[in-house]
Amino acid sequence: MESAFIIEKSVVIVVVFAVTMIMAMYSTWAERKVAAFLQDRVGPNRAGWGGLLQPLADGMKLFSKEEFFPNTPNRFLFVVGPAIAMSTALMTSAVIPWGDRLHLFGRDIILQATDVNIALLYIFGVLSVGVYGIMIGGWASNNKFSLMGAIRAASQMVSYEVAMGLSIIALLMMTGTMSLKEISLQQQGMNWNVFYQPLSFLIFLICSFAETNRTPFDLAECENELIGGYHTEYSSMKMGFYLFAEYASMFISSTIISVLFFGGYNYPGMQWMVENVGVNTANLLGIGALFIKICFFIFFYMWVRWTIPRFRYDQLMNLGWRILIPLSIINIMITGVVILRHEILAALGF
Amino acid sequence: MSIETISLSGRKKVVSNKDMSFVERLYLVAIVKGLVITVKHLFRKKVTIHYPEQVREMSPVYRGQHMLKRDEQGRENCTACGLCALSCPAEAITMKAAERKPDEKHLYREEKYAEIYEINMLRCIFCGLCEEACPKDAIYLTESKVLVPANYNREDFIFGKDKLVMPLEMALKNAQLKNAN
Amino acid sequence: MIHIPDFAHATTVQVIFCFLAFITVITAFLTIFSRNPIHSAIYLVICFFSIAGHYLLLNSQFLAVVHIIVYSGAIMILFLFTIMLMNLNEQREVHRPRITRLGAIISFCLILIVLITIFINSKPIVGEYDSTGEDFQSIKVLGKILLNEYMVPFEFASILLLVAMIGAVLLSKKEKLNK
Repeated sequence: MESAFIIEKSVVIVVVFAVTMIMAMYSTWAERKVAAFLQDRVGPNRAGWGGLLQPLADGMKLFSKEEFFPNTPNRFLFVVGPAIAMSTALMTSAVIPWGDRLHLFGRDIILQATDVNIALLYIFGVLSVGVYGIMIGGWASNNKFSLMGAIRAASQMVSYEVAMGLSIIALLMMTGTMSLKEISLQQQGMNWNVFYQPLSFLIFLICSFAETNRTPFDLAECENELIGGYHTEYSSMKMGFYLFAEYASMFISSTIISVLFFGGYNYPGMQWMVENVGVNTANLLGIGALFIKICFFIFFYMWVRWTIPRFRYDQLMNLGWRILIPLSIINIMITGVVILRHEILAALGF
Repeated sequence: MSIETISLSGRKKVVSNKDMSFVERLYLVAIVKGLVITVKHLFRKKVTIHYPEQVREMSPVYRGQHMLKRDEQGRENCTACGLCALSCPAEAITMKAAERKPDEKHLYREEKYAEIYEINMLRCIFCGLCEEACPKDAIYLTESKVLVPANYNREDFIFGKDKLVMPLEMALKNAQLKNAN
Repeated sequence: MIHIPDFAHATTVQVIFCFLAFITVITAFLTIFSRNPIHSAIYLVICFFSIAGHYLLLNSQFLAVVHIIVYSGAIMILFLFTIMLMNLNEQREVHRPRITRLGAIISFCLILIVLITIFINSKPIVGEYDSTGEDFQSIKVLGKILLNEYMVPFEFASILLLVAMIGAVLLSKKEKLNK
């Protein structure tokens, strides 16, 4: 392996990591701003212009808080919980294509940490491991509210992963690949998957709300029933990690939605730009397009949070098992029929 | 007209228990409607008052920090009769009376005055009963337009005459205004 | 013939393998020996992860990821879920009679002997790797093989899972009161 390649990949990884962190940080700010604006308030506006330094101030505050340990026999697991939550939230960004390529220093730089052909499965794997952070933390807190939160989180995540996986299968039947890079490449122009798979998109969107523990599915941490759920007993930066992980996973899932269904870094006229203006400009614009899509979905998460009240637990389970899973199976069947329509028609004798 | 059909506000809605249709049970329409309502609020005028820069206008009868008044010649009205302390339900007021010396006639209106007058702002409930009880128009809660500020020490909440008595300039200004009228 | 490993000249893969194997064995033992059922479940999860690492070492990414999704992501979470709900304590440990323990040890030793003889007598496959240029780990190749050559076992497995699912639904269903 040549050293230039390693340097290139390291730079990409560091940049992706930094961008994820910054986006997660500013999501907390945006959450408060959006909440305020939707409720006719102004939101944080003291620290910096428009409150832009508010995340830094929050971070400083969390760092300087007392580190409190509850009376628990599992101190180690208590610390491991937020660490798992944070690392799984950040791991997913490795397989996401942030852009096509940049031509710098005489070499093509692929704007993706790694292009594995099982990228989607990898994302599902990381997602399914992410719930351990919540479960272990909630159990190690030695608190019944935390345990309730942990149990709710576990059952909710496991239930919605099924529907999420099934909804993606219809998309995979169409694209024929699991590599996110290839899926993005297939959506050039305005050939976005959302136009071909609207039902799949809807199910995926609902499930990603459940997977990121956001309202209307935030039963794992509902403030007014469980006093914060699994992070009731946490303080200082351990608590900060849990909150941060939630925002990081929100950023990542917005990215995945944009890549899978909204064309990723593609924008109309990208081919023309590559040919006439230059590779670098066109692809920088592509990164910009991807981030506009991501920001819209982050906003959408917040918008829904301040619109729809929380589901009841039985409603949540009903929706997951009795509506979304059959719907996605029907979607798979429809997709199969549409893909094989010529063969079917030929077999019927037309 | 029967009682069921009367709607004074004009917004009366009869709740029905009818089964929802399939489209209604999808809730998608309802969710989109809700999203539209919230996004409309995004562009509404904000109701926030940026406090230290903008101060909300106070009602003319707002009861804030007490003020021991002076008359037009700048003399203190209070005669230390103790009726305010007596009427105070929270027992926040204490005072100590003293006799006016001949050379203090320009300072105090009555022959007896309050040498020490203290209100414990932690006890005070701002009910305004002291104002009602005062026979000399000496204490008012509506004049100062000041909120009692927060503080770190309990001792600092005991307000003496230095904080309560109306400033001399204000009394003189009042006198000028009255003469002008 | 016992092969003595050459630690001084171990390749990266061998080092990683030794590390993973160490973790796998240690956590597997801890799963059995730890008193707290939750700790034991968590050790099992770590064990599964290191086994997934072994799969990755064998260059089978698909198997590794599916192993993580299915075992660590779904089955162990449900395990943990039930253990947390049952609230097992260390005091409520079941004491088995000595004869069953003895029986377990004897049967384990027998299996061990069988396994060891199998492994000693097995011959390592020595041969050249063919580089066909085809990525046998890509899901396309896997899917084609599964649905062409191994169609019948694949469908049997899916029917088995379906039956298990129906059974679970039936077990958990509330019985209607016939009155």
